[in-house]
Amino acid sequence: MGGSTSLQKVVLAVITTNAEAVTGGSVVFIVPDEKELQRKTYLLEKILDGMAHELDPDTMIIIKHG
Amino acid sequence: MEFENFTWAVIIGILIGFLTRLRMLRADYRQYPTYPHGQIIHLALGLIASALGAIAIPALLQKDYTAITFLTVAAQQFRDVRNMERETLSKLDQMELVQRGATYIEGIAMVFEGRNYLVIFTAALTTFAAVISDRWWVGVATGIFLLAISGIVKSGKVLKDIARVKGGQLRVEGPSLYVDDIYLMNIGLAANREIILQQGVGLIVEPVDISAKVTISNIGQRQAILHDASISMGVYRDTGEPALIPISKRDLKSGRLGVLLLPNDQDLQKAIRVVSEVPVLESAVRKPAQYP
Repeated sequence: MGGSTSLQKVVLAVITTNAEAVTGGSVVFIVPDEKELQRKTYLLEKILDGMAHELDPDTMIIIKHG
Repeated sequence: MEFENFTWAVIIGILIGFLTRLRMLRADYRQYPTYPHGQIIHLALGLIASALGAIAIPALLQKDYTAITFLTVAAQQFRDVRNMERETLSKLDQMELVQRGATYIEGIAMVFEGRNYLVIFTAALTTFAAVISDRWWVGVATGIFLLAISGIVKSGKVLKDIARVKGGQLRVEGPSLYVDDIYLMNIGLAANREIILQQGVGLIVEPVDISAKVTISNIGQRQAILHDASISMGVYRDTGEPALIPISKRDLKSGRLGVLLLPNDQDLQKAIRVVSEVPVLESAVRKPAQYP
C-alpha cells in the first residue's frame, strides 16, 4: 500500500541474456537465450515469491512487493 | 409510579433492544461475525447493551443519578468491542489470499461499536415510552417502530450508488497489462500473461460525480472491491504465485478505476453485479462536491 516511507520493494534477482546491461549489487543470472530467460524467471518467481517484471526483452527482474 | 410498571418497562426495553441487535446481526457472504461463536459473542454483548439502555430511564426517574454514570462504563466496554474486532480481523487478514485492507476492517469494527449504541438507544427509548405513558403496549409499539427504523439505519451505500460498473477488455502490450486504456501492471512471464488473459475479468468503475471520484480512489475502498469480489467469485491465486493478483489502478485523467479480477468462473455479468454491491466504506467517503 502507498504512503509509507519504509523500504517496500526489493529487487531479489535479475535475469538477463545481455550480461553487459546489468551490473551492481543484485543477484544476476546470465542466461543464453529467450527460452532459458523465461524458464529461469518462472522458477525464480515461484521460489522467491516475488513478482517477475520485464524491464526490456533481454532483462527480467524479480521484485518483492511490500 | 409503581415499581411494577418499571419492571415491565425494563423488560420490554431489554427485549426490544435484544431484538434490534438480532435484526442487525446479519451474516451474509462475508460470514462475519462467524457462526456460531462469533454471533453468540455479539448477541451476548447486545443483551448487556439493551439491559443498560433499558434501566437508564427508570434510574433517572428514581432520582438515582449515580446509576447513569455506569453508562460511561458501557461506552468503554463497547469501545473495547471495536478494538477486539479490529485486532481479530487484522490478524485474520494476514491469512487471506486477497486481503480486506485496513479501511474495510476499521469499517466493520466501527459498525459493531455503533450497533451496540443503537441497541442502548432503542432500549432506552422503548422503556421511556412505556414508563411515561404508563402503558406497556405503548412501549411495545415504540419498540417495533424503532426496530423498523434500525433496519433502515443499518444499511449503508453500495458502489452502484456512486459509480457505474461495466466490463472492460483485458489486453497485453509487451509486458504491460491493460484493461481498455487503463494501465494495470507489468507482467514479466509470458506464461503468467496467458493465464491472466484466460482467467482474468476486466472491469471499469466509472464514478458518477467528483465526490465519487475521490471516494473510489481510496486504496482501502479499492481493496474492499477486490476482496469482496474474491469472496463471491473465488480467486485464481495461491501463495508462490505473486503475479496472479487481483489489482485496481486509476486512470488519473478521468478518475475511472481499472479492475482486474481473477475469479474461478469467468462470468462478466456476475462480476459486475458483485462489484456493484460492494459497500462504500464509511472511512473512504469524501464530499469535495460541497465546494462547486
